[in-house]
Amino acid sequence: MSGNGKPKFAMYWAASCGGCEIAVLNIHEKILDVDANFEVVFWPVAMDAKYKDVEAMEDGSILLTLFNGAIRNDENEHIAKLLRKKSKLLVAFGSCANEGCMPALANLSNIQEIVDTAFSTPSTDNPQNIRPNTKFSVPEGELHIPTLYPVVRTLDQVVPVDYYMPGCPPESHQIAAVIDLVIQVLQGKAELPPAGSVIGVGNSTVCDECTRKRNEKKIKKFERIQHIMIDPELCILEQGVLCSGPATRSGCSALCPKAGSPCIGCYGPAEGAEDYGSRLMTAVASVVDSNDPAEIEKIFEGIPDPAGQFYRFNLAGSLLRFSKPAWKG
Amino acid sequence: MSDQFEPVIIGFTCNWCSYRAADMAGTARMKYSPNIRLIRLMCSGRLDPTFVLKAFAGGADGVMITGCHPGDCHYVEQNYKAMRRFVILKKTLAQLGIETGRIKLLWASAAEGAIFTDEVNKFVEQVRELGPLQWPTSGGGLEKMFAMPEQMLVKEVSA
Repeated sequence: MSGNGKPKFAMYWAASCGGCEIAVLNIHEKILDVDANFEVVFWPVAMDAKYKDVEAMEDGSILLTLFNGAIRNDENEHIAKLLRKKSKLLVAFGSCANEGCMPALANLSNIQEIVDTAFSTPSTDNPQNIRPNTKFSVPEGELHIPTLYPVVRTLDQVVPVDYYMPGCPPESHQIAAVIDLVIQVLQGKAELPPAGSVIGVGNSTVCDECTRKRNEKKIKKFERIQHIMIDPELCILEQGVLCSGPATRSGCSALCPKAGSPCIGCYGPAEGAEDYGSRLMTAVASVVDSNDPAEIEKIFEGIPDPAGQFYRFNLAGSLLRFSKPAWKG
Repeated sequence: MSDQFEPVIIGFTCNWCSYRAADMAGTARMKYSPNIRLIRLMCSGRLDPTFVLKAFAGGADGVMITGCHPGDCHYVEQNYKAMRRFVILKKTLAQLGIETGRIKLLWASAAEGAIFTDEVNKFVEQVRELGPLQWPTSGGGLEKMFAMPEQMLVKEVSA
């Protein structure tokens, strides 16, 4: 317990975009409940704090840590291990921490390609072809910047995690519900879910929450969304646009399909699905309307980037986790 | 013991045709390579791509999927679903750097023990040629991968 007696709260971002923090701030006036019930001790996006302050804390002294972001470099790993030690409840918060999300698409390429893309594209002004040094000496001493690991990992591939909260980002009403629950637990009015639970989600698929009309699906051609006008009533997959609804966990209220855009799968694998991409491949292959091998090949040409499509959010959390070029170099 | 690489192949067979083909090969004393470990499913349509990924992630060098001939499926058309899944799975695996030669789809009827043994032998040789896959999620590969690199992973280019 801290000086003012309130339990401590922390939030950290590793390899992520910052959208998760915005989603937390998006709970509107509920953020005042967070402040009323917790002492925020560490939240780099929202307040000034130093790693050494966290290092000085007693082990287990932070009650709740929302950790968003994947593990891309040794700094991410160091802080993940540090916060694990200092926190009673560590929540993998958001898609990156859960399954890698966009940063994990880097697992399709090796480090050299990634760095070349960042520092030597035709539009990059870097005539001397300079690369970042992880160590650099200045008169004041030696400076260090984090070293990239060969591949991106999820949080639970690095440290044990108590709860999982998927979403890119998690929906604000789900965050508010989870924060409410923790406050109720603090007041002795509720109990925590079993360790290892996925929280702030539904137990079904996005299709279950989707209000579009569904008939028997038969797909002769996959369409890119920019090439057709989406019928406002009909199932998007039936219209030939690849929608990830059948494989994706519910919890977002099917926001994208309701707005006329296919589900992209940010809430991660539906309950019981061990490998998200497999589940989606199975679903998509079942509705392709052809039994002729040559025609099937042709129909699947409509999905030019299957790995990127089926593992858009899940590569690090998938069974294979990365591509061969990524680990073989 | 020979020094040549012995690939680990996982074979998925369907209960009604291709497993019977393997059975027939056995009762007829036809020899085939012991590199393949068969797993019997009720139907090739039961083959979730998860099984294939799990095999590779667990250290397999190749995966063979077998089923009844198109039109012969005991569940009417489930082997066509297997056929479609195979196409998209192969494409996805290729993007992940798993050579398409490491995965094979074979139709074999209960009478085709000889075809089954032939194809298994050919596939084992094909995978042997490709060499070990050794996906790092098996056999301690991950530990090596995340041991803090002595040197920078990024090649230094002097300014």
